[in-house]
Amino acid sequence: MHMSDALLSPLTGIAMCALSTGMIAYSSGRIGKEELEKRAPLIGVMASFVFAAQMINFTIPGTGSSGHLGGGVLLAVLLGPYASFLAISSVILVQALFFADGGLLALGCNIFNMGFFPAFIAYPFIYRKIAGSSPDAGKESIAIMAASVFSLQAGAFSVVLESVASGVSSLPFSAFAAVMQSVHLAIGVVEGVATAGIVAFIRKASPRMLQFHPKPLPLREFPFKNALFCLSLITMLAAAGVISWFSSAKPDGLEWSIQKITGREAPDSKNGRFHTFFEKMQKKTVFLPGYDFDATESAEARMKTESSRAGGMLSAVAGGIITLLTVFLAGFLLRKFTGGKAG
Amino acid sequence: MTSISSAALDLKRLDILAKQGTSIHLLDARAKTIVTFGFILAVISFDRYEVARLIPFFIFPAVILSLSSLPSLYIIRKIAIALPFLVAIGIFNPLVDHETLYQLGHLHIAAGWFSFASIILRGILTAGAALILVGVTGFNDICLALERLGIPQIFVIQMLFMYRYLFVLVEEGERVSRGRELRSFGTRGFGSRSYISVIGHLIIRTWERAERIRNAMLARSFVGEFHAASKMDFGKKEWFFVSSWLLIFILLRFINIPERMSSLLAPLLNSRFFNSF
Repeated sequence: MHMSDALLSPLTGIAMCALSTGMIAYSSGRIGKEELEKRAPLIGVMASFVFAAQMINFTIPGTGSSGHLGGGVLLAVLLGPYASFLAISSVILVQALFFADGGLLALGCNIFNMGFFPAFIAYPFIYRKIAGSSPDAGKESIAIMAASVFSLQAGAFSVVLESVASGVSSLPFSAFAAVMQSVHLAIGVVEGVATAGIVAFIRKASPRMLQFHPKPLPLREFPFKNALFCLSLITMLAAAGVISWFSSAKPDGLEWSIQKITGREAPDSKNGRFHTFFEKMQKKTVFLPGYDFDATESAEARMKTESSRAGGMLSAVAGGIITLLTVFLAGFLLRKFTGGKAG
Repeated sequence: MTSISSAALDLKRLDILAKQGTSIHLLDARAKTIVTFGFILAVISFDRYEVARLIPFFIFPAVILSLSSLPSLYIIRKIAIALPFLVAIGIFNPLVDHETLYQLGHLHIAAGWFSFASIILRGILTAGAALILVGVTGFNDICLALERLGIPQIFVIQMLFMYRYLFVLVEEGERVSRGRELRSFGTRGFGSRSYISVIGHLIIRTWERAERIRNAMLARSFVGEFHAASKMDFGKKEWFFVSSWLLIFILLRFINIPERMSSLLAPLLNSRFFNSF
């Protein structure tokens, strides 16, 4: 359920990156400086284990399909919330860089969707609450099952929210959510069964691995400044995001709402130097000025503008193709002339 | 089974490509990271129906691929692997958003097709940018750049550990997986019971290995820092690289190049070709 750069608006991307960076800073702070050299190798090697585990499949009985581990809840149970959040974040970073899963700006979203829920919600509030401090096998399996299903559901739902807030995909919220939640319910159950089995195995074979409890950090070391900075940044971006959502999800959304509120069309923009400047800028920069494809347009008027539109489209296509050819020619020539120097 | 080994080989190949000495490879990793983020931001900042104006942005991957002598086909293949998900999400746009945006004769082209094409183009550009970044920088240098840009040290150090042991563990996963395959018959032996045992053993071995590594590192006076082999230096070259690319992205974002190009062609289109419609 990797969110992709291509489906993301800059504001959503930046806001989620700020949020995830803040959480990485917070988790790193909670692990603490003195633990760095002791914990870093363990966290790192366990993160690389996730890759090895994701490459091994098992058949799901009755369906003929196969599944593999996501690893979020397993790492949270083994490493505790802070370290597991760091480990999952780095797995997602490698997936973005080497497999182009998601994207660089979507990292913030993906780290939040797949790392935040298992580490900071499912582990403390579901797993620990149900399993308790010295869990028996049955309780622990139920706890892990619930934590896995919740993590996947919450993650899938945030993918839907992020896509809808970005407004690049036209999928309606309800349909997209229905598909995502039901698919990830099945994935969550499979993940829960596998994780519960693995944890039960470890509890029998090597119980000391499960005796891990993160040391609480003294309050004065808590990174208040970072947290405050991130919070204010997120609030600002969220406010900006809400505004831009209205104006970008439908190109005329803001104009429409202004009209509704004031009872007339968009405010008079003819006076004032700034307005004229920006209006000019906008006219220059907008590819489809004004979106004059009104559904209520009369057939006659449509016929009149048809030819000019077709012309506009042809020229856009031609312009695009020429640009593309120019770019590739430039690249080819560059390679030809610099190829000898490389290496 | 082939997927495990091919994935490991793929990781190694990108890493080996990153160890070349071209002018792009030698730049400071921070400069390349900043430019890549600027590029992605510029590409995704367009309106959802925008197609033509995304095309000039191919100049960035084209130039970097040429200067860094990365194999273009390899990068294209890797982008193609990442695309099906976008196609699956994007294909709903023409189905949902069928208001006519363009009309050519009797052919009505729905707005959804434009946003679909836009999603695919965005996907190609952004996925390509990420792959090229790692191909010209390498994972270790990206991590060190992130640290210099303010990401906490423990996160970066554990990422470097992860990367070092990724290859070891993926190979171990492959061996374990092959062993399981040789001992099973058809789908028998591929169920969850053997899976849990295989993964359980693998995780215990990994944990013990991690502890041995940690002890060995501490015994060799590891104090939580890696020393980079390549020097990080944000000099004139880097300033030039960053400022010129960011300027280009700003220009491409605000000047409509395809429109300018087509206005050069307008007389031709108006005279013969277009009138025949």
